[in-house]
Amino acid sequence: MNIQALSAQLLVGLINGSFYALLSLGLAVIFGMLNVINFAHGALYMMGAFCAYFLLNLFGIGYWPALIIAPIVVGLFGILMERSLLQWLTGLDHLYGLLLTFGVALILQGLFQNYFGSSGLPYAIPTELQGGVNLGFMFLPIYRGWVVIFSLVVCLVTWYLIERTQLGAYLRAATENPTLVRAFGINVPRMITLTFGFGVGLAALAGVLSAPINQVRPLMGADLIIVVFAVVVIGGMGSIMGSIITGFALGVIEGLTKYFYPEASNTVVFVFMVLVLLLKPTGLTGRAT
Amino acid sequence: MLEARQHSGASASPLLEVAGLEAWYGESHILHGVDFQVREGEVVTLLGRNGAGKTTTLKSIMGIIGKRRGSVKFEGREIIRASSDHIARLGVAFCPEERGIFASLDVRENLMLPPEVRPGGLSLDQIFDLFPNLKERLSSSQGTKLSGGEQQMLAIARILRTGARFLMLDEPTEGLAPVIIQQIGRTIARLKSEGFTILLVEQNFRFASTVADRFYIVEHGKIIDGFANADLGANMDKLHTYLGV
Repeated sequence: MNIQALSAQLLVGLINGSFYALLSLGLAVIFGMLNVINFAHGALYMMGAFCAYFLLNLFGIGYWPALIIAPIVVGLFGILMERSLLQWLTGLDHLYGLLLTFGVALILQGLFQNYFGSSGLPYAIPTELQGGVNLGFMFLPIYRGWVVIFSLVVCLVTWYLIERTQLGAYLRAATENPTLVRAFGINVPRMITLTFGFGVGLAALAGVLSAPINQVRPLMGADLIIVVFAVVVIGGMGSIMGSIITGFALGVIEGLTKYFYPEASNTVVFVFMVLVLLLKPTGLTGRAT
Repeated sequence: MLEARQHSGASASPLLEVAGLEAWYGESHILHGVDFQVREGEVVTLLGRNGAGKTTTLKSIMGIIGKRRGSVKFEGREIIRASSDHIARLGVAFCPEERGIFASLDVRENLMLPPEVRPGGLSLDQIFDLFPNLKERLSSSQGTKLSGGEQQMLAIARILRTGARFLMLDEPTEGLAPVIIQQIGRTIARLKSEGFTILLVEQNFRFASTVADRFYIVEHGKIIDGFANADLGANMDKLHTYLGV
């Protein structure tokens, strides 16, 4: 067994897992509150990366401010999208939200492809995070370590916010019975809008994080989002901790598969999805209703 | 006609004034012009058969029913077009028939969920004084794992925290054991003595007669009669006809 190759694949797995976790977390939060399966999530992730690219190349604003600005800008775009399109689908079948967001994703990706082509635009690793450290058994690029740790922190903070604070209690309660929560004096429609903005902001944040690793491409989200949906199905729709753990775990499993049996590395997630759907249709951590 | 039956001597305008209230569930027209009033400090009970429109009346006042028409005035302010979060902020609190305890929240979170809408709500100590059982169950995991009676107490307790002085309770005794019903009766009496105004919907007429100042009879989405608790004896025959008991 080549320990260096194995740890390299593990690291790739953890990196992918970070993106899976951030994206599926946003999807879970949105699904819980709005009952919408947001197919535009990958496109919004892509917009986060493009936002960072524009900030740098048009305004000279670097990586660190972009980590904050891009999620806010794309989050506001999400709020606009919720107010103008999604809010009218309240109470309708899931299928409508799915089709609408799928359409939005195609439009966004088409627009960006039209102007920027399909090839990647470069985005440099910030100077503070360049280089790497030799851990003895492997070489760790600092930026990749940063992505894993930062994603983990963002996921855990989000989990804390939703599961352990009063604001999170409003969110959970409104997921269950929005009418009653509103009758307690809470402006539920505004909370739904802000939740969508927050979930979209998480996707954009993942986009910024990925820009220096994967380049900035109009279809970067389209490739990723299919796997992320599988992660959400495995973790259980709407479960916060479930999305985080499943996201990281499946990234690692994918990485290990790449080492032990590379031919299956692209399908292993979907094999898991099928197994989970057969054995526990609500997902590994899904709450039975 | 109904006005004459109500207590005389109410100089102040009523706390809640419902006039010509109509409401729809989708296409079906449920309320056909409900008129009644609740004065400050009163306990008023809406009686009537299943499907008469009692719950719909409460929900319409709360702003939960989408399509409604007519007039609902709270503290003299028209609220028929207000959203339910706005109405709650004015100091109206609602305890639904199904109790509405949240499964994804623990007992403490359920209790602390409704935000304070006015100063002067009950403190936790006062609430535990009213409902000693709740204190023991505070650390329980899920709100929905409580017994029916405990869930009902939790549902009432959480709206007492908010500072709302007008409470609408939809069938608080439904499906509960007699000893729990007594406890809820004592609670309502105590709330009344502390100046709360309560609009109650009840099927349990015997219970209602122990707590209410006045009754209104709801039938086919209208108020068809009303009388004070003091005149109950004289109205018993009519009541039996109305309620079909």
